[in-house]
Amino acid sequence: MSLLERTGVAMTPGNIRTRKLSTAVVLGIAVAAVALAAVVVFGLGIGNWVLVVALGGVFYLAGVYVAASRVEGRRAARNRTWSALIHSACVLAILPLASVVWTLVSKGMERLDGDFFGSSMNNIGARDPEGGAYHAIVGTLEQVGIATVITVPLGVLGAIYLVEYGRGRFAAAIRFFVDVMTGIPSIVAGLFVLSFYVLIVTPWFNDGRPGFSGFAAALALSVLMLPTIVRSTEEMLRLVPGPLREGAYALGVPKWKTILRIVLPTALSGIVTGIMLAIARAAGETAPVLLVAGGGAAINFNAFENNQSSLALFVYQQAGDASRYAPARAWTAALTLVALVLILTIAAKLLARRNQLTR
Amino acid sequence: MGDTSPRSAETGTGGTLTTDGRRGSAGGGVPPAHTPDSPGLGGGGGLPRRTRFGMESGFRVLTLAAGAMVLVIIVAIAVFLISKAVPALRANTENFFTFNGWSPNGTEPRFGIAALAFGTVLSAVLALLVAVPVALGIALFLSHYAPRRIATPLGFVIDLLAAVPSVVFGLWGRDVFINPVRDFSVWLNEYFGWLPIFGGDGPFGRSIMLGALVLAIMVLPIITSLSREVFLQTPAMNEEAALALGATKWEMIRTAVLPYGKPGIIAAVMLGLGRALGETIALAMTLGITFDISANLIENGGNTIAANIANAFGEANDTGRGALIASGLVLFAITLVVNMTARAIIYRRREFRDSAA
Repeated sequence: MSLLERTGVAMTPGNIRTRKLSTAVVLGIAVAAVALAAVVVFGLGIGNWVLVVALGGVFYLAGVYVAASRVEGRRAARNRTWSALIHSACVLAILPLASVVWTLVSKGMERLDGDFFGSSMNNIGARDPEGGAYHAIVGTLEQVGIATVITVPLGVLGAIYLVEYGRGRFAAAIRFFVDVMTGIPSIVAGLFVLSFYVLIVTPWFNDGRPGFSGFAAALALSVLMLPTIVRSTEEMLRLVPGPLREGAYALGVPKWKTILRIVLPTALSGIVTGIMLAIARAAGETAPVLLVAGGGAAINFNAFENNQSSLALFVYQQAGDASRYAPARAWTAALTLVALVLILTIAAKLLARRNQLTR
Repeated sequence: MGDTSPRSAETGTGGTLTTDGRRGSAGGGVPPAHTPDSPGLGGGGGLPRRTRFGMESGFRVLTLAAGAMVLVIIVAIAVFLISKAVPALRANTENFFTFNGWSPNGTEPRFGIAALAFGTVLSAVLALLVAVPVALGIALFLSHYAPRRIATPLGFVIDLLAAVPSVVFGLWGRDVFINPVRDFSVWLNEYFGWLPIFGGDGPFGRSIMLGALVLAIMVLPIITSLSREVFLQTPAMNEEAALALGATKWEMIRTAVLPYGKPGIIAAVMLGLGRALGETIALAMTLGITFDISANLIENGGNTIAANIANAFGEANDTGRGALIASGLVLFAITLVVNMTARAIIYRRREFRDSAA
């Protein structure tokens, strides 16, 4: 935001000029554009109201450009056109997103009952309208929980290394590859755990057969969560004021104790925010769970043995199911998943707002 | 924090607060001959000697190991994917890079990623063509056009959208969004059917166009929030200078905001590209899984490396899994290159580093 807008000085380029296109003319152009578009479209019979709106928008832009360059000059006309385009980009983006939210709520409410949260898909055939996502919710919570337990110590310690100890090329390389790792596709993380854990490690304990499990999914989710947690923790640790550390050193506190007792608690709320965002992202991942957890219809509390499902995987499987009751289950599970993820995200953002360390 | 100098790291003051691990050497004291300073000043003579296995070095090694874990994981991904891909590639009876089809489960495995790689790149590029202008428009709206009480909640909503799982977008794409896209495809086919990309005679709907549009909606929030951050960082001096010279708002944006934010925009687009290339489930649910290289955007068809992995994994045997892992390796390499380029651009302009998390 510029100084001009902040201070409310009235001399912006828009009103120094004396001659200005009046609002009435702009409105008139808009009405004429839509009318012209309607005549063209319905007259030729080449489309419906969507085309009228699209064509009307084009006519409006052209009309305003011509009128404004007559009255205000070409530069002001160009300004108007771009401003209109930027505003319409916003509208264009909000339409599909509103549609997503609307369908999610309207279709998701259909099966939102106690049965859905209290039963699994075990022994549910194509003709049964019952069935629920209890097993999937259990799977999601266990997998995300294990992944968090693995990743949080690793990620926070890694971030401490980058901020407090890391110097030179090695630390720079780690920092660079943390950023690169953020962009690793989730399916590649799934394939990695598949080729490493499921196909190589588990056959040792499993009579030579690969064993799919919720733990394998948790490992894949850890690979996805690690860079996010390292990155957000690193940023938070950097915000801790240097004098705090120096004060501790001056009192004779060793460095490791300074980090654990002074630096980490100061940055704690920010670190927790980052962790919650990472959890939210991991909870919505489908592809790695599909590859290494195997999915399953029954409730399985043991994450280390046998197939397990997850909410995201449940949505995917129900969406591909031929049963006519499956779509309702898929939408309700999607609504549950989005609610879970959004609650985590919003809580994280609210926590971040209370954080005293700001840039 | 000066951990290289033993004085500050080893916590002076005669061992009032030292740890148990270092007690022994602190109690014994260091002979004055070892310290260049006179022992009476600042208690230098009482400084504990650096021990090899104290808490300090132990903690340091612990954090170093955690940090190095990232490099280990990246290398391990490459190593294990290669180790599982090689046997399948050996068994392949066709050229992996040029063959156009996927039947790795038979006695004579035949598979190649030509069509998959083509579909991956085509859908990602189309998605970016749609998403980038719109995302930049929204970013400019949020940073320079919208009043603050609209910009803050709208920015918050955009951030929330980045958190919506891809499977939800996939479900919405195949259940809801497919209807308008099918209507639009039929319309395009009727009036622009003479163009090869809009040709064909149906059925329409589960096409590259649907997949690319869903993908565009998914990468929109990422590109928007990154480039908004960059636009907000434009120095107010530059903007005011442009306005003071009589520039209109758009001229100010074009001459001050966009040039300043260019590296950030490029990086945001590259990160969006990396995300689009690797997207799996949404495309597995919206594309009509075929194996042909066709520029037709609206007929049922299209496939990507990631979507093929999700779809073909269920019925894959050992060789089939190896083949899918081999295609995943290619995807890993592509996204690694794209992401490294994006990060290198961001790193060259250090100002943007913090915003591009």
